[in-house]
Amino acid sequence: MSKRLFVKGNEAAAMGAVEAGCRYYFGYPITPQSDIPEYLSRELPPLNGEFIQAESEIGAINMLLGASATGARAMTSSSSPGISLKQEGISYMAGAELPGVIINISRSGPGLGGIDASQSDYFQCVKGGGHGGYHIPVLAPNSVQEMYDLTMHAFDLADLYRTPVMLLGDSVIGQMKEALIPNPRPVRELPAKGWAVRGKSGAEQRVVKSLFLGDGELEAHNWHLHAKYQVMKEKECISEEYETADARLIVAGFGSVSRIAHTAVTMARAEGMKVGLFRPVTLFPFPEQALAQAAARAGKVLVVELNTGQMVEDVRLSVGAAAQVSFYGRPPGAGSLPSPEELLEVIRKNYEETAR
Amino acid sequence: MRKDVLIAGFGGQGVLLAGNLLSYAAIDEGKNVSYFPAYGVEKRGGSATCTVVIADGAVGSPVVGQPSVLVVLNQASLERFGARVRPGGVLIVNSSLVDVSALGRTDIEIVSVPMNEIATDLGDPRMVNMVALGAYVALTDAVKLPSLAAALSQALPERNHKFIPANVKAIETGAEAARAKKEA
Repeated sequence: MSKRLFVKGNEAAAMGAVEAGCRYYFGYPITPQSDIPEYLSRELPPLNGEFIQAESEIGAINMLLGASATGARAMTSSSSPGISLKQEGISYMAGAELPGVIINISRSGPGLGGIDASQSDYFQCVKGGGHGGYHIPVLAPNSVQEMYDLTMHAFDLADLYRTPVMLLGDSVIGQMKEALIPNPRPVRELPAKGWAVRGKSGAEQRVVKSLFLGDGELEAHNWHLHAKYQVMKEKECISEEYETADARLIVAGFGSVSRIAHTAVTMARAEGMKVGLFRPVTLFPFPEQALAQAAARAGKVLVVELNTGQMVEDVRLSVGAAAQVSFYGRPPGAGSLPSPEELLEVIRKNYEETAR
Repeated sequence: MRKDVLIAGFGGQGVLLAGNLLSYAAIDEGKNVSYFPAYGVEKRGGSATCTVVIADGAVGSPVVGQPSVLVVLNQASLERFGARVRPGGVLIVNSSLVDVSALGRTDIEIVSVPMNEIATDLGDPRMVNMVALGAYVALTDAVKLPSLAAALSQALPERNHKFIPANVKAIETGAEAARAKKEA
């Protein structure tokens, strides 16, 4: 086992990118993710890589598009308002089927909002923030270790499915420091990048584009993308369960709030309540089946989010009529993080209702 | 085992370094740890706080609502966080700067240590954070004192390694002061 390091979440994501073979980063500074470009500005040049502070977020996402078109592993990162600016580029990458990793250490909105931990961008990230009805895989780490591991996974997913992939965190996950084991990049068989544009040199012409004007061409492209999303739904769902086997109430939450809920569930168990935790790690594809099974066993799901209710819609779609779904939301802002004790109180109330 | 502490003071008192050092020591002891600094629109001289959770198993929440131990280095932090200490918990006070008489908590243990005086006597008032950390570890056994001393070389940049012996002394003196207070 390698030595355990003590690392900030943002740095762990940047370390994971380097380990995954990412050598090109394009970004524009914004709190609370600037540790990522800071780290990569220092670490990439000695590795023969390239760090570019772009003129804007829009510049950065289009540089990512360009680097990715050559087949290189490349990344950008930003935070909510900056991610809004990148949406056009993400849509173009999704349309042109270009891999690439986008880290979003989100802040609170709408508008300029604030810098505090928030999950108010679930819809934007998961439902396709740009135009054109695409999806991209969205990964939601809840620890420093996962910031590292899931960043590496994001690069593999991007290459496997020729798609942009987003890693979604917030200032809790990005700014906290925890032990990190810097695992080596997992060995995974990946398709050759026969589509990459690297200069023709006598070979057949390759074109990377999202413009399809031929009769029926764009419809076929959309069905092709749709089929890809169906494969992701079958093969790429990740979720984590804690104490769900005999639970009569399942708490569901992702990212930072799942950590708070974990402690609240432990406290509830200590009081004799049969409560469990379900955490989607992939937000797209959403782990519908695993959640449906856990929910059907328990009969009730309590969704907790740092917003006024977004993931709860996917939970309702997943569990259907098999379980009752209730919601507890803490919209973003300074002082808005719920404590484990506060969540315990909400759990108690919901649990008592199941007992009636 | 799961221990949590909220350390609070003003910017410049070394609150964040204290939290980092404690975390390094816990990791070296093979424990899991989460260090969460208050991340807001703070400025120099404004408040500085961090939460450290140390656990044998899963850390769980890095966010702590009712800390079992609160270390306060200045008056404003006592006023902001004093009511949040878990009943039965411990409040460690820098009595050089903090007057605890108006707090009105009888359900917690309060240990007052004149941290600024101790640090100044040892040669540098900036070591107030090390005195505080020594007191915390002596009262809670969250980590072993030698682990703190050993972790200094990781928590401090190399240019400051020459100050390690003085900091070790400050940690030990803070620990002794806290133990003496507890026995008294």
